[in-house]
Amino acid sequence: MSAISARPSHAAQPSGSAFILKKALISAAVALVLFSLMIGVRTEAGPQGGLIYWTRFGDLAALVGTVFGGSIIIELLRQWWGPVDKEHIVPKPVQAAMSFAGRWLAPALLVFAFLVPVIFYNQRYILDLSILVLTYVMLGWGLNVVVGLAGLLDLGYVAFYAVGAYSYALLATNFGLSFWVCLPLAGILAAFWGVLLGFPVLRLRGDYLAIVTLAFGEIIRLVIINWQSLTGGPNGVSGIPRPTLFGIPLDNSDDGLAARLGIDFSPTHRIVFLFYLILAMALLTNWVTIRLRRLPIGRAWEALREDEVACRALGINVTTTKLTAFATGAMFGGFAGAFFATRQGFISPESFTFQESALVLAIVVLGGMGSQLGVALAALTMIGGFELFRGFDQYRMLVFGIAMVLLMIWRPRGLIGHRAPTVFLERNQAISSDLVKEGHG
Amino acid sequence: MSGDPILTVDHLMMRFGGIVAVNELSFAAERRKITALIGPNGAGKTTVFNCITGFYRPSGGAIRLTDDVGRTMQLERLGDFRITKQAKVARTFQNIRLFPGMTALENLMVAQHNALMRASGLTLLGLIGTPSWRAAEERAIELARTWLDRVGLLPRADDAAGNLAYGDQRRLEIARAMCTEPVLLCLDEPAAGLNARESGGLNELLLSIRNDQGTSILLIEHDMSVVMEISDHVVVMDYGVKIAEGTPQAVRDDPKVIAAYLGADEEEAIAVMESGT
Ligand SMILES: Nc1ncnc2c1ncn2[C@@H]1O[C@H](COP(=O)(O)OP(=O)(O)OP(=O)(O)O)[C@@H](O)[C@H]1O
Ligand SMILES: [Mg+2]
Repeated sequence: MSAISARPSHAAQPSGSAFILKKALISAAVALVLFSLMIGVRTEAGPQGGLIYWTRFGDLAALVGTVFGGSIIIELLRQWWGPVDKEHIVPKPVQAAMSFAGRWLAPALLVFAFLVPVIFYNQRYILDLSILVLTYVMLGWGLNVVVGLAGLLDLGYVAFYAVGAYSYALLATNFGLSFWVCLPLAGILAAFWGVLLGFPVLRLRGDYLAIVTLAFGEIIRLVIINWQSLTGGPNGVSGIPRPTLFGIPLDNSDDGLAARLGIDFSPTHRIVFLFYLILAMALLTNWVTIRLRRLPIGRAWEALREDEVACRALGINVTTTKLTAFATGAMFGGFAGAFFATRQGFISPESFTFQESALVLAIVVLGGMGSQLGVALAALTMIGGFELFRGFDQYRMLVFGIAMVLLMIWRPRGLIGHRAPTVFLERNQAISSDLVKEGHG
Repeated sequence: MSGDPILTVDHLMMRFGGIVAVNELSFAAERRKITALIGPNGAGKTTVFNCITGFYRPSGGAIRLTDDVGRTMQLERLGDFRITKQAKVARTFQNIRLFPGMTALENLMVAQHNALMRASGLTLLGLIGTPSWRAAEERAIELARTWLDRVGLLPRADDAAGNLAYGDQRRLEIARAMCTEPVLLCLDEPAAGLNARESGGLNELLLSIRNDQGTSILLIEHDMSVVMEISDHVVVMDYGVKIAEGTPQAVRDDPKVIAAYLGADEEEAIAVMESGT
């Protein structure tokens, strides 16, 4: 019965081999036109300075063939696994297994995260990588408040990361403040910058907001580069103090942790400490976000994403609501920045380029906007997966790009697209992603 | 017209460039009464609503609201969200504006934002989860449940608002507006797109809001059966000016009103004339 009722929606989407073939032929034709000059004919300056050229029709044919074949495969994939009527193709037992996995995935991941330093104690590389992944999980969760919940497209999130990192670096190196004093300060300063940025730009919507936030991210970086006397300019800040376990340093000095506990010193102690530190910070971010979603402020964020005009008609102050979203996201970014500074011991403007903003945004979008678990999974695949392909240096970006495209075809609303309600009377049922708005700024 | 007006619109002007959408409009809405604002398409009714609820800043004139304890507020100076927050005026939209990706219950919780914000100590108490906050949240859910029940949507409480049928969405929007606990409820064509049975249910709902809650209602409506049956007072607009006002019966027989509707739309004119007979 359900298979029959699904027919009309399926029929509305053109399908069938003729359609697939036609689509593939068009793609191949476009590829032929594009590549015939780019690949088919190669020009170069000859020895006498004249232009010489030669043809590479073989390569061209291979490329066009790939596009043709790829287009067919993608279309088939879309029709089989696409979001159109996925549940009618996935068999029942698989569905049951998936929902079971869905329920236990988050707790299992959490337990695994706690055990990582135990399992991989001797593998420094994996520990470092896990710390990196967790940093991005935290950044993703922070940005998720702004983009996923409030629906404000922020392309300059790295600015707050930078503010947090430099706040800690400068406060610690100039005034000798400890990490635990600086951490809240870094968050507050980043939130302050979030509000400062928010005031002028929150009248803007959609694309305009994105462009201005992008510019803001670049401005912060340029200010850091040029304000040499304070930030050290392109040379960055070095000698940033390492975090201490509430005052007990984690080094091999006489009053270090190892000496006090009477165990042999190992540099891994600090790595493990950093791991649990970022894990705790990320979990705090997660906990606060989950709590906020169930409070009026969080519901107002989501309502804002759904319909700003309706919010105003309900007496919600749209400006302050947006500002709080910005400030909250920025604060988490600032915390993550302070952690980054203390882990690296050295920071420079190079760590805070637009690429970082784009990466964090990609994590949020890929994860499914608004979904905490989705963002964590996306960070794991993006950062972890990216590292896995480090061996294939030149193909890394290519594989990454293809994976992104495939994922967005398969799941246009991200890994976890549906929305969980924040309150319910009888049934706690997820809301399909087709109904949930993505926000427009 | 004498009595105790809750809302007084005084020489209201609204221009859009060269267009004068509302021209020197004056009328009053009585407390605990249903006042209908009618007129042909493009008469300027929605524009009046947008001025009252702060979505447009009037080009001229005054809008005064006197609440139940006698405070008077100049709505055109309040603007935007403060009209709902402080003056307690709530509205619905001609083309429904719910939060489609949130459940019916969540929609009603968002409507109680200001009260809940206060109860959550601007989020801090809520974050810790103090008992006072939990009690406030319980009460908010209870209020939402009451209204869901009154509009007959209690079984759909946990469904996404975007998944509800059209008529259900209209009633949910009214419930959402009522959850802001307004003194004046402005409804922009609540019966549009409803069938006869649903429209009858709407009449009962609006009458009970007036009688039980004591909320004053300002109503834009094209459906003359609704207007004639429930409104206490009718204001007729055409081309931005008031052409008539009075009891439903008086307005229905007013030749100027019939002429306005005839000029605009024959079917509506016939509807006006037939609705009484
Ligand atoms: N934002 C605006 N900018 C320009 N003109 C506007 C604007 N809003 C309304 N108008 C004009 O004002 C006039 C009145 O429009 P309004 O929407 O108030 O009519 P209405 O009485 O609600 O009609 P309907 O019954 O069709 O809803 C129309 O001519 C419309 O084009
Ligand atoms: Mg209208």
